[in-house]
Amino acid sequence: MIEPSTPPAGSIPPPRSTAPAGSPPPASSTRPADSTPPAAPPSLARLAAPTVTEPPPDLAVDITGLSVCYGDVLALDATDLAVARGRVCGLVGVNGAGKTTLLKSVLGLVRPVAGVVHVDGAPPAAARRAGRLAYVPQAEDVDWDFPLSVHDVVSTGRYAHQGPLRRPRAVDREAVTRALDRVGLAELADRQIGALSGGQRKRAFVARAIAQDASLLLLDEPFAGVDTATQTELTTLLRELAAAGATVLVSTHDLESVPALCDEVALVAGTVVDHGVPARMLRPESLARVFGVGVA
Amino acid sequence: MDWLLEPLTYDFLVRALAVTTVAAVVCAVLSCWLVLIGWALMGDAVSHAVLPGVVLAYVFGAPFALGALVFALLAVALIGGLRDSSRLKEDTAIGVVFTTLFALGLVLISVTPSQTDLTHILFGNLLGVATADLVQVLVLAAAAVGVLVAKRRDLTLFAFDPTHAFAIGLSPRRLSALLLGLLAVTTVMALQAVGVILVVALLIIPGATAYLLTDRFSRMLLIAPVIAGVCAVVGIYASFYLDASPGGVVVLTMGSVFALVYLFSPRHGVLLRRRKRAVDAPRKPAARKPAAHPATRPDATSPEGTRA
Repeated sequence: MIEPSTPPAGSIPPPRSTAPAGSPPPASSTRPADSTPPAAPPSLARLAAPTVTEPPPDLAVDITGLSVCYGDVLALDATDLAVARGRVCGLVGVNGAGKTTLLKSVLGLVRPVAGVVHVDGAPPAAARRAGRLAYVPQAEDVDWDFPLSVHDVVSTGRYAHQGPLRRPRAVDREAVTRALDRVGLAELADRQIGALSGGQRKRAFVARAIAQDASLLLLDEPFAGVDTATQTELTTLLRELAAAGATVLVSTHDLESVPALCDEVALVAGTVVDHGVPARMLRPESLARVFGVGVA
Repeated sequence: MDWLLEPLTYDFLVRALAVTTVAAVVCAVLSCWLVLIGWALMGDAVSHAVLPGVVLAYVFGAPFALGALVFALLAVALIGGLRDSSRLKEDTAIGVVFTTLFALGLVLISVTPSQTDLTHILFGNLLGVATADLVQVLVLAAAAVGVLVAKRRDLTLFAFDPTHAFAIGLSPRRLSALLLGLLAVTTVMALQAVGVILVVALLIIPGATAYLLTDRFSRMLLIAPVIAGVCAVVGIYASFYLDASPGGVVVLTMGSVFALVYLFSPRHGVLLRRRKRAVDAPRKPAARKPAAHPATRPDATSPEGTRA
């Protein structure tokens, strides 16, 4: 593992705004405690232990041999990916490479034609029912004119832990208030969700995941169409959540955002072609495999 | 005061007033979700597609609601199946399915020996509401509103973000089936009041009107039924004194209220909004674009989908 300046595990992450856009990456905190090298090619790791039926419990996400088809189109082919708890893993690839499909497979939203997905050592359905999965949608998938306030949206994070009528209890209200405070939207809580800036909108959806107390966050292209200040803000927030033990899976085709945000990177091009620390994955020869020659 | 009380001396008019108001209120509650999901066209389709079900139920002596429900679900299944198994877009599938089922209903009516008049089903038969009809409407209304209010938070989440609903263990498929089932039931309720052709007005206009008045869904759920109820009462009275089609006048009243709100709503009215925009234009957030609801999106490549 490179980057000796890495802060130790559990250290307090740098406060927001100390990492201006464009500054050198504030270290992808590869935690010494979890020294399983994510850089090892997943396929080799599997060959070494082919008879394992129970996935190791410290893996938040464990994908083996996953293939997904849309009609005749093979979106993902024999994909392997393992992400340990508390890590931020970036899914990097061009549009249409299968990043969103990978995220949806972790949710259990698409039915694979082959392969297995485990979340916290169990099928995704168990994680969904337990409210451990949170999904932050792409901006273009949200109806921003929907008549809900920021508070209303964040409250839906609590539904996972409420009775069938979703009547909020004191503990739910506290969780929502805390989540709004955490992302700095407490004063805008009564705004209609579309009356927020691009960065505030993103933070509102992350607040929903915080209120939900989710252990695995899935973000689909969170940096699409946001400015650098927002990007920095969101990066800091996600790093804080990871430091607190949450696992983050984030798809992006924006390479600039990767070093500051991600502990590890999976290069996606119809499958996970490589998986390792950002410094190695972002080398031109690695990127050429997913972006074609001449990038970076 | 006499002009207010005089119609109430006729029993048939009291029943007509009750049925119309109750049906309008229930449809209005449902319309809040239909409008936001972008299911206006779906509401139109289902309300027409129930016709053969109603006729068959009449032939076999089964409850109308049951026949309607069966054909509503059949229509939805056919539309979804056609959309997913061919290259047709959803609005095309809807157009094919509902017109064909509606035509089947017309044919069935014409070959069924009965006193049921075609025009009564198409345009309603408000002045012929029997006490039994009134009881049926009240029971269905209570059931529909009860379910809608109890599940309102789940339904709203489904309308806003079905992926999140799925991610926390809810079933978007089941929630959409629930909404469609209730759509069928409310259609049957409103059938006698305004007829098959105008039911869709009750299922869309109140929600659309309320949506232009508020940015809070909880308020929409109050505004829409209040508007619908008031329009129903005003419409029935007006039709009594104008000697005009009651269903027609009720829908015309709703359409007029919508037009006023569209023009003068303080929040989203065209006239006032334009003036306001001139004042605080810089504070407006960047271009708002509606996203097609995933449940109605024909496929990932046509993002604007069917949102009306």
